[in-house]
Amino acid sequence: MMNKLTIKTCMMSVLLASVLMTSGCASTFEPWVKPYERDNLADPIMAMNRNPVSFSYTMHAFQAREGARGAEGGAGGGCGCN
Amino acid sequence: MIKRSIIAFVLLELLLVLAFSVRAAVLPQERADVMYHSYQGDGMDIKGPSILLRKQIGNKFSVSGNYYVDMISGASIDVLATASPYEEERTEHSVGVDFLHNKTLMNLNFTSSSENDFEARSVHFGISQDFFGDLTTLSMGYSKGWDEVGKRGDENFLEHADRQQFQLGLTQVLTKSMIMGLTFENISDEGYLNNPYRAVRFADPSSERGFRFETEVYPNTRTSNAAAINLNYYLPYRASIYGEARIFSDTWGIDANSVKLGYIHTFGDDWILDFRVRHYQQDSADFYQDLFARSAEFNFRARDKEMSTFTNLSIGLSVTYEYQFSQSSWFSKATINYELDHLRFQYDDFRNVLADGPVGEEPLFEFSANVTRIFASLWY
Repeated sequence: MMNKLTIKTCMMSVLLASVLMTSGCASTFEPWVKPYERDNLADPIMAMNRNPVSFSYTMHAFQAREGARGAEGGAGGGCGCN
Repeated sequence: MIKRSIIAFVLLELLLVLAFSVRAAVLPQERADVMYHSYQGDGMDIKGPSILLRKQIGNKFSVSGNYYVDMISGASIDVLATASPYEEERTEHSVGVDFLHNKTLMNLNFTSSSENDFEARSVHFGISQDFFGDLTTLSMGYSKGWDEVGKRGDENFLEHADRQQFQLGLTQVLTKSMIMGLTFENISDEGYLNNPYRAVRFADPSSERGFRFETEVYPNTRTSNAAAINLNYYLPYRASIYGEARIFSDTWGIDANSVKLGYIHTFGDDWILDFRVRHYQQDSADFYQDLFARSAEFNFRARDKEMSTFTNLSIGLSVTYEYQFSQSSWFSKATINYELDHLRFQYDDFRNVLADGPVGEEPLFEFSANVTRIFASLWY
């Protein structure tokens, strides 16, 4: 079962998301980086997950040997680590 | 009741997102990947293929399928201490569909994993939305998983475990050369969470070695929270640096953190080099001990080295060769990739029981491993 801190965190996150996504300024917002200024950001070397098949395997390889999990992508069930 | 409240909040959130969409999302790129992977370390040899295909259907749907195999031959320290080397195979299938509707991108995935003593199924639903002039992307996800745990040599052994995951992510364009990501994930497990092959050791002066082994006992619930921040920065020439920091905590008492730094360099239009370093540290679970004073000393007890206090350091290198097809071709580009990470694990309270030494004073365990990926990708 989730503890109180977890529930608070989840609710605060969702509430914050609601405020951000429904605020009136979302539709009238003037972006400080214009669409024509995004060449660098669109370059594949700036992608956080450039190769999904390799990324998910690598995360699985680490996750199977570490106690921590989550917030990094991740792969399917089973670990092959017994 | 509490879970229902959270689910209601998330559903409300999804409705709000749909109602206030401000920008068109895009479907994932159509691509195919064929990979060979290999893990070698601590007496384990795990290798196999992975094939990923993604195809767009019309302007609203994109479907994907992944076939993945682990061929495992195991003789790790855990296996050698209490059992015999073994060989087995794990096969995983995933199918998914992405759906673009009213400028919102949603995805649904189903994964099944099968091995001779373990069956796992999971379903995932995710939604993402760009807003604030496309500078911010908010994503949310929910996964539910069901595991069936068996045991080789014991046909009557069958246990179950359920899992659910909540994910929340925010990606923010900071400048025209910098992007930041924030991720939070909560995971809850309930059921049989042990590894049926792992054992704890306890002191027994009457035995030949001065200790014996008995089955581990874990709590049947676990809840964890992890949060991470990523930064990518594009350098004045065609190169980038990136970093990630992550913290983790769970109800078993494990606290962990990791830091990763990387540098990507390009040579012309064809070659990409990625160099990275990662450090991970964790504190042990409350019920972990390398040596218990006696049999069944506590209600919960573990000697699984993944539950101990340890650090690992990894150094990785990737090389990519990229080929661009002509505009009249069916294909847009292709890459050939080689990736290698070298890992070194050092344990603070997990001892090598195969080495000589007084009971409880054997040398601390450590090992190195290599994780290799060789793959080709094709965009069309």
